[in-house]
Amino acid sequence: MSVPKLEQLSKSVVQGPSLATGAIPTTDWMDVPVVFKPGNYAYPAKSEKVAYLDSQSGLHFPNSREWSPEDEDWKLPEDWKEIILKGLKERLEKFRSLKIFMDCCVRCGACADKCHFFLGTGDPKNMPVMRAELLRSVYRNDFTLAGKILGKMAGAREMTASVLKEWFMYSYQCTECRRCSVFCPYGIDTAEVTMMLRELLHLVGVGINWILEPASNSNRTGNHMGLQPHTFKDNVEFLVDDVEALTGVKPNISFNRKGAEVLFITPSADVFAEPGLYTAMGYLTLFEAIGLDYTWSTYASEGGNFGLFTNNETMKKLNAKMYAEAKRLGVKYIIGGECGHMWRVIHQYMDTMNGPADFLEKPVSSITGTVFENAASTKMVHISEFTADLIKHGKLKFDKSRNSHVKATYHDSCNTARAMGLLDEPRYILDHVVDWVEMPENTIREQTFCCGSGTGLNTDEIMELRMRSGLPRANAVKYVQEKHDVNMLSCVCAIDRATLTSLMNYWNPGVDVCGVTELVANALVLEGENRGDLTEGLRTML
Amino acid sequence: MKYAFSFLAVIALVLIAGLGSQIPGMPYLFGVALPYLAIMIFLGGCVYRVVQWGKSPVPFPIQTTCGQGKSLDFIKHNKLEAPNTTAEVVARMFLEVVTFRSLFRNTKSEIHDGPQVTYESSKWLWIFALIFHYSFLVIVVRHMRLFLDPVPVWISWLELGDGLFQVGAPTWYMTDIGLLAGCALLFSRRLITRHVRFISLMNDYFPLVLIFAIALTGILMRYFLRTDIDIVNIKQLAVGLVTFSPTIGAEIGAIFYIHLFLVCALLAYFPFSKLMHFAGVFMSPTRNMKNDSRAKRHINPWNPRIIPHSYAGYEDEFREFMVDAGIPVEKELAPKKDEE
Repeated sequence: MSVPKLEQLSKSVVQGPSLATGAIPTTDWMDVPVVFKPGNYAYPAKSEKVAYLDSQSGLHFPNSREWSPEDEDWKLPEDWKEIILKGLKERLEKFRSLKIFMDCCVRCGACADKCHFFLGTGDPKNMPVMRAELLRSVYRNDFTLAGKILGKMAGAREMTASVLKEWFMYSYQCTECRRCSVFCPYGIDTAEVTMMLRELLHLVGVGINWILEPASNSNRTGNHMGLQPHTFKDNVEFLVDDVEALTGVKPNISFNRKGAEVLFITPSADVFAEPGLYTAMGYLTLFEAIGLDYTWSTYASEGGNFGLFTNNETMKKLNAKMYAEAKRLGVKYIIGGECGHMWRVIHQYMDTMNGPADFLEKPVSSITGTVFENAASTKMVHISEFTADLIKHGKLKFDKSRNSHVKATYHDSCNTARAMGLLDEPRYILDHVVDWVEMPENTIREQTFCCGSGTGLNTDEIMELRMRSGLPRANAVKYVQEKHDVNMLSCVCAIDRATLTSLMNYWNPGVDVCGVTELVANALVLEGENRGDLTEGLRTML
Repeated sequence: MKYAFSFLAVIALVLIAGLGSQIPGMPYLFGVALPYLAIMIFLGGCVYRVVQWGKSPVPFPIQTTCGQGKSLDFIKHNKLEAPNTTAEVVARMFLEVVTFRSLFRNTKSEIHDGPQVTYESSKWLWIFALIFHYSFLVIVVRHMRLFLDPVPVWISWLELGDGLFQVGAPTWYMTDIGLLAGCALLFSRRLITRHVRFISLMNDYFPLVLIFAIALTGILMRYFLRTDIDIVNIKQLAVGLVTFSPTIGAEIGAIFYIHLFLVCALLAYFPFSKLMHFAGVFMSPTRNMKNDSRAKRHINPWNPRIIPHSYAGYEDEFREFMVDAGIPVEKELAPKKDEE
């Protein structure tokens, strides 16, 4: 899809008629139907992917078919309305969060300008409160006394095909980043609302391909990219060769090895494409430096979990591979690579869904002896926690000047910041390996802005939307680029590494994106190394 | 027009009470029957709503962390923003409920030429909300003097503090002004701030107008229409209501019945409205859960039995490739049959 020129979009976000820039809509929002046109929606899931997922035990993905959001007729099942309302009732009974969030909002508007989609598009329905009202209006109509009696006057409306289309539009213009929930006086979390909307839509066969294809790949081949075992191994081995060529040290690796101490799982994107590849080279180098006894797995070769963006059943099914593989291989604990939504699943869902992991041991770093009490039950440690601990104990030798080509800043990924509280570990690491500066305070830590393309929205056909929703993040980077000559945006998220790269290329050329572990490996002094002058660290072309 | 309906509704309520209470025999309806009914709806409704919420489980720990979680010893843990113990959660909730901390964080974002996105602290909503809620609270507590005999000494202290500036006679209470101002400010904000106006429903305007009218009638009674009402009779009725022996002595002015009827309307409306946020805030999972979900397992009562696509199935599909690539397998390849 064509993306507007930078000058054009730069003007449009400031002056375009939108609620964010001052234009006040004259029509009641309920009377404004959504219009789908190329570029404002992600492509629907391919029929065969939906059918495949539906065929898997424990999953329910009915109504696989070819359809287009632009068509008037979405080929919904005959009784789609009953399915949706029944699905909503069921979810109200299963999730207290949904009930509370439907009932407690006072529409104070504190969330409105906290959303990157609202700031970038100015579309009033992208205010978090409105996104929830899209569902809340139907909830009022069918589940509350006031709504049943007073109808539209009490903000209720009937479930219609037009409402369903609106749900599809706006539940896929939310990245479940939870920034609004930080500012809400009742902690109302739009991510919960979006997750419920997406779950409901899947009940009638409405989903997008950029999520369901990776999810089905992950189920079958073990990873989103669909890499089969031999290809996955090849990819990692290429990286091993690269590290050897650059440093003179060949990392020792293994796959599906029983009896290893640690199972290492990271998003497959890290072994698939730049700039994630450099982060993966960072892991290899780091683990070699400390002689960690670990194995990769081709069966559980995905850290990420697109089930989180689909429904809780798919999330559970995909996540279950981690423990299943850890058990089969007989490892003691698991280390997880840099990824945002992967860590939301691990920190907040995994143990509940697929625990207890009583076949694993409480994680203890064999290098420092540190017991990771905070992961005592899940038995899974974040690479930044693991690395920070190594640094604290003086187990890594750094030459910071090896990163002298880098002036970095740090992007907190939404999930590690707001669904985990992992804020200072990566900063502690950066302090030791690179010269870096913070972005402005309203855009970092718990107030961090999403890359604009999370939750499976990093697909090319909605590039303009992505560049708009990524504007607040890009703008904060631009500030430090201009003020401090920042040329590297570091992060601990695989989706970020892909999406922020597009975002920087568009808004702030000259800023590259990297994982924190890449910077660690750049600065790492290895025993027996034979390293040339790596002017670009692991990115140096030999 | 949503706000206009709210005014109409409140005016209708005022007329009903003002005229209705003047019909002989009706004071008992407005002074005794409706207050009992309203308080029953209020209590029953609130309990019902909270029980309804409580019936749905919290399947997953979905705490929103607004600061550094507890991890390594040398990483400073933010106990309030990412609580790890019950005490820390209580502290977080206490400050949220008492000081509206999340609103205190509020910022205003704007997009300027460049484009340049800017953020500035915006505390107006926080200040308005504090004025409104605390004035309301103090007024409710002050009204306890009507129901209690003898009047506890701490209520007198509260009144003394509330009337500290000793303006006018009888002394004006700060909270009376505060509640009127709070309603007016929150209402104006809904009209003036463009995005808040866009999202506001009648359900948002109506309670503000209603509470404004309650405050106004109360103020009229206390400061301006004192001759129309008989405070001794009102106290007798109030004490009678709480001791279940209500009597209405001599005639009480219509303004009192209007005030009381509006309060009844608020009580009866309360459980079916967004005003239930007063209870919901305590039950919000993003705020009241500990951030210890990797250290302690949270139980989901409806955890479905879903197993992953099995390793065996995976190896069956890819065994040949795996063996070729030297990846260990559980089952070796079947020996190739001799070519015939």
